[in-house]
Amino acid sequence: MSRKFNAGYYVSEGFHSIFTHGFMSFAAVCMIVACLIIMGSFTLLAVNLDNTLGDLENENEMLVYIDDALTQDQARALQPILSQIENVASLTFVTKQAALADFKARHSNDISVMDDLPDDALRDRYRVHVVDIEKMAQTKAALEQVPGVGDVQAATEIADGFVMVRNIATAVAMVLIGILMVVSLFIIANTIKLATFYRREEIAIMKMCGATDGFIEWPFVVEGMLLGLTGALIAFLGQWGLYQMVAKFAVQGNGLSLVHMISYGSMAPTILAVFCGVGVFIGVIGSLFAIRKFLQV
Amino acid sequence: MIRFIDVFKEYDNGTKALKGVNVRIDDGEFVFLVGPSGSGKSTLIKLITAEIAPTDGRVMVNGFNLNNITPRQVPRMRRTLGVIFQDFRLIEKKSVYDNLAFAMRAIGASNRELRRRIPYVLQLVGLDQKGDRFPGQLSGGEQQRVAIARALVNNPSMIIADEPTGNLDPQRSLEIMMLLERINELGTTVLVVTHEKNLVNRFTKRVVAIENGRIISDETGGYYNVEKV
Repeated sequence: MSRKFNAGYYVSEGFHSIFTHGFMSFAAVCMIVACLIIMGSFTLLAVNLDNTLGDLENENEMLVYIDDALTQDQARALQPILSQIENVASLTFVTKQAALADFKARHSNDISVMDDLPDDALRDRYRVHVVDIEKMAQTKAALEQVPGVGDVQAATEIADGFVMVRNIATAVAMVLIGILMVVSLFIIANTIKLATFYRREEIAIMKMCGATDGFIEWPFVVEGMLLGLTGALIAFLGQWGLYQMVAKFAVQGNGLSLVHMISYGSMAPTILAVFCGVGVFIGVIGSLFAIRKFLQV
Repeated sequence: MIRFIDVFKEYDNGTKALKGVNVRIDDGEFVFLVGPSGSGKSTLIKLITAEIAPTDGRVMVNGFNLNNITPRQVPRMRRTLGVIFQDFRLIEKKSVYDNLAFAMRAIGASNRELRRRIPYVLQLVGLDQKGDRFPGQLSGGEQQRVAIARALVNNPSMIIADEPTGNLDPQRSLEIMMLLERINELGTTVLVVTHEKNLVNRFTKRVVAIENGRIISDETGGYYNVEKV
């Protein structure tokens, strides 16, 4: 008799088994959906916090005030020195006159105070953007060491706060993802083991007829793969709905105005690919774990 | 062909199931294996089907040395055997035809091979009109015929029947035994494990008696002698 790899048979058996053991399949898909949505939610939280931190890096600038003793030409000459300092992304020189004009423009309602200010009331300064907001304090210290720099102003507390929140969220997300992955594998393995238990007689008959382990395993692998994919697709849509709801709340709630949420659409292909990959991985590994015991006949 | 050469089997719990068994069954033979419960019959069958390994001695089955058989070779060895059980072990949710197809697909048979072989085997066991029935719709005798058909469908060189008539009335038991005799006449070696003295004695066949893990008699054309066993 022919002994070829019968993919059509494995797929049809895998499909058939899903519907034959409908309740088990439903339970397995529900578990995959729940695990993926929980994992996805934490990952998206970490991604959004990271994105907000990126925005903060772009928006958050340090002001490097130049010593009053330096002329404007001497102050401009500091630019190459300052730009050499590690973590400095860009810097713009602002003259004391331009700074005053800007100040007056921002406080135009208080005319009486503005009129009394002399032209050299403010100092020449550089607006500095950093590469990594986490190293803001070190950069500030390095800038202060440059001769001719009078003072450096940086909102390190806000940056440190955000970095801490991002790091905690990432660590928590990683730990939870790891735990949930193991829990998912365990639950899926047990769910499929239960389905396999109902079919132990069939497996024993197949073994007695001379079926190879591979022949017996493949339909279960296909079944696990299909359950994983189904769970991944449902989780993807569920995650979408949940994310939109949270995004709407974030826009409405004043407390979250600092957080800029990334649109789900822009992340959708990646989320779908990751969910499908994780779903199939959980389904297939769970199936193999489940069936291994029943093959020892 | 089966050869047991000085075979011992001791289980992990210390039970000595076989104590130096020597037996040879040649191709084309019909053999009854008789003995009381706990005598070692089931252990002997499990050794033949490679479900367990001997503690000592040599076991040869259809050209395979089971002492050093690899896991990859076990399915190939089992394809040379057809096994029938007392409780039939049919898949209830599959039709008679599908039960046979299931066994054929398990060894990678094509649909064309299924269409050619299954009707022939069903006719051989007298169930050619019942291929679309489910096991629950059949009598005990008919279900055992399906089990025999399943054992035969992959054209094994040997049929091993473990108490095949244990769940049947005397008339159905006789019919099943006559069917096995017919299969043997067509060239398949048949090994029947049974308790049923009257049934054994109706057929003038080789009878191997086992007791307390030892072969105590092996007579061609013998009888199931109560005094002896």
